[in-house]
Amino acid sequence: MKHIICALVNNKPGVLAHVAGMFAARAFNIDSLAVGRTDDPALSRMTIVVLGDDKVVEQVRKQLNKIIDVVKIQDFSGTEVVARDLMLLCIHTPPEKRPELLALIEMFKAKVVDIGQKTIMVEAVGPEEKIEALIEACKPYGIKSMVRTGTIAMAKFSKTVPTDNQ
Amino acid sequence: MSKKSAQDGRPQSPEDFPLKTGAEIVVDTLIEQGVDTMFGYLGGVVLPLFDKLYDAPINFIIPRHEQGGCHMADGYARATGKVGVIIATSGPGACNLITGIANAMMDSVPMVALTGQVRTDLIGNDAFQEADTTGITRPITKHNMIVKDVKDLQPAIRQAFYIAKTGRPGPVLIDIPVDVSLAKCRETPLTEISLPGYKLQQAGHSRQIKIAASAINKSEKPVLYVGGGVITGNASDELRKFAKKANLPVTMTLMSLGAYDQTQAESLDMLGMHGSAYANYAVQESDLLIAVGARFDDRVTGKLKTFAPNAKIIHIDIDPSSISKNVHVDIPVVGDAKFILAELTKEIEYRERKEWFDKIADWKSKYPFKYDTTSANIKPQYVIEQIWEATKNNAIIVTGVGQHQMWTAQFYKQTKPRHFITSGGLGTMGFGLPAAIGAQVACPDALVIDIDGDSSFNMTMNELCTAVQYELPIKVCILNNGYMGMVRQWQELFYGKRYSKSSLRNPEFAAVAEAFGAVGITVDKKNDVKTAIAKMLAEKRPCLVDFKVEREENVWPMVPTGKSLHEMDGLSIFESMS
Repeated sequence: MKHIICALVNNKPGVLAHVAGMFAARAFNIDSLAVGRTDDPALSRMTIVVLGDDKVVEQVRKQLNKIIDVVKIQDFSGTEVVARDLMLLCIHTPPEKRPELLALIEMFKAKVVDIGQKTIMVEAVGPEEKIEALIEACKPYGIKSMVRTGTIAMAKFSKTVPTDNQ
Repeated sequence: MSKKSAQDGRPQSPEDFPLKTGAEIVVDTLIEQGVDTMFGYLGGVVLPLFDKLYDAPINFIIPRHEQGGCHMADGYARATGKVGVIIATSGPGACNLITGIANAMMDSVPMVALTGQVRTDLIGNDAFQEADTTGITRPITKHNMIVKDVKDLQPAIRQAFYIAKTGRPGPVLIDIPVDVSLAKCRETPLTEISLPGYKLQQAGHSRQIKIAASAINKSEKPVLYVGGGVITGNASDELRKFAKKANLPVTMTLMSLGAYDQTQAESLDMLGMHGSAYANYAVQESDLLIAVGARFDDRVTGKLKTFAPNAKIIHIDIDPSSISKNVHVDIPVVGDAKFILAELTKEIEYRERKEWFDKIADWKSKYPFKYDTTSANIKPQYVIEQIWEATKNNAIIVTGVGQHQMWTAQFYKQTKPRHFITSGGLGTMGFGLPAAIGAQVACPDALVIDIDGDSSFNMTMNELCTAVQYELPIKVCILNNGYMGMVRQWQELFYGKRYSKSSLRNPEFAAVAEAFGAVGITVDKKNDVKTAIAKMLAEKRPCLVDFKVEREENVWPMVPTGKSLHEMDGLSIFESMS
């Protein structure tokens, strides 16, 4: 099962290494990890997608809490969230296949951001399911390469999220 | 050195605080934090720091190896509860601290390690004696920092001490580049430490305490399972009052021996892999397990699926991540054991539980710790018993790691906290001698005895020189069987006696001791054991006694890996002994 955990951390060198190292040492399975600045220059936000059952996620939360540079944790398990993953995808596109591929991309509301002789580069944003579906749809044409940011998420306003301040 | 304070009541301005070098700030802040003893070893990038230590009012002990120094700081901290301070240079100096820091981390020992680092502009350049100290020690420290601006140095040190000694204690490392210790800045006033990512919990949740009390009052077959957290939390008094009021049998982990008086009838002694049969049976039959400051370590639980199968579990601990980590906890109470036990005691009622205590007494009479007392050879257990007879209630006992450690836990009954110092979580061979030195430095008037194994002792025996240099009258008793005893036992039991690489050619330890400047005694006859111990205790100088003990002796009982706590081997051997 995938769980999204969001951690507000001190924006200092070494913090990402600490969190990643802790996950490795404790043999927790990370599906993706995205980290970036926030409006507060002293703080960064990490969004981690963890694979595991409830017991594993509980330990992940507790071990993250122990790290002193981790200031606040939100566990989005069971919460309604807006979750987005950004992907750049290079698809093999012989000229005769171009129209149908462009129609497919249009359907997914993705954008063409670069065109080559036989390849097009597509940008897609959306929940993980949409991204996965687009990848599946493009596979028959031949995926040359792809890069994803991993999931970032925020809770929807109607629900409150349990937060852990250590 | 003292700060100028504003005499006329105006708020202190920056000029009230003099301009100091980073090195001066380090030493002054250490003194501000109450440090009067330090351990450490020189090196190029810590020369500025050591120059300021030259005439500082700090008792300074130089080891022969940074690892030894780190274990000394550790032994010092365990004996006193104060933060142990170790300083080492960059590169190899810092790397030599790794084992000692990891050891302190596993056993939750409050420690601050200061390491020198190459100049800030050389970092990451493969400079001379450079190592990525903060990267290397990140997983084994409670927290670590590299200070790249001298303005951050004083707050970093204050934070380090705060983090090291509060909550669940642990080692904190500060990496100080040499140019930072030479740079100048003004000191800052001491303010309350605020770390948004570090919140302490002291008092337990009152509702949880009531639920726990109710469960205890209802239970027919409770067992109080005490861990090292009770000693770390200085909660022995509260523990005793709680256990007596509720009338509970008490079992202890290796880390908590001495938290409860083992001579009391309700003491079940140590539980776990080499614990007593009566403790293990009691836990497996209990209907309620009250864990205080313990972490359900695999040496204690045996096979997790069948651990305490009939028991509800109460877990009182300061570290939320320990709760329900290995074992499902029914009633968690997060907080400081000292406070929680005091509150809990108010809600507790006495119950006789006669049937339960009768059962326990029966197990105790059938399965005491035993060994063959008729043998003409010197049995290691016999030596420990004689040491106990001669020194009980009066000594701080330190051990290395291995069979001798287990026999000491079994046969030397502890009555007071902070009198049994041993490496539990990491199980570091070579811990004994330097830790004993640290304990002696901490308690100059105490009798400190390192009961060690020959292989463990070999690892750090150069520190005997340190004991001699600082005139520390430690006593070292080597249970010398010419083997790495514990692994030899496993090779005997599980590898068909293929003693692969488990024995070392030892020196004559007594001669080594004399060469170092200590007193050395060799004992190879059972009749000489008592007199040798008496001679050792009468010695005012550091003294080593090399007991040539039975070569192949096993620690019993034993819960083999993968077996349940009640599936102990070796009990039939007890029955065959008189």
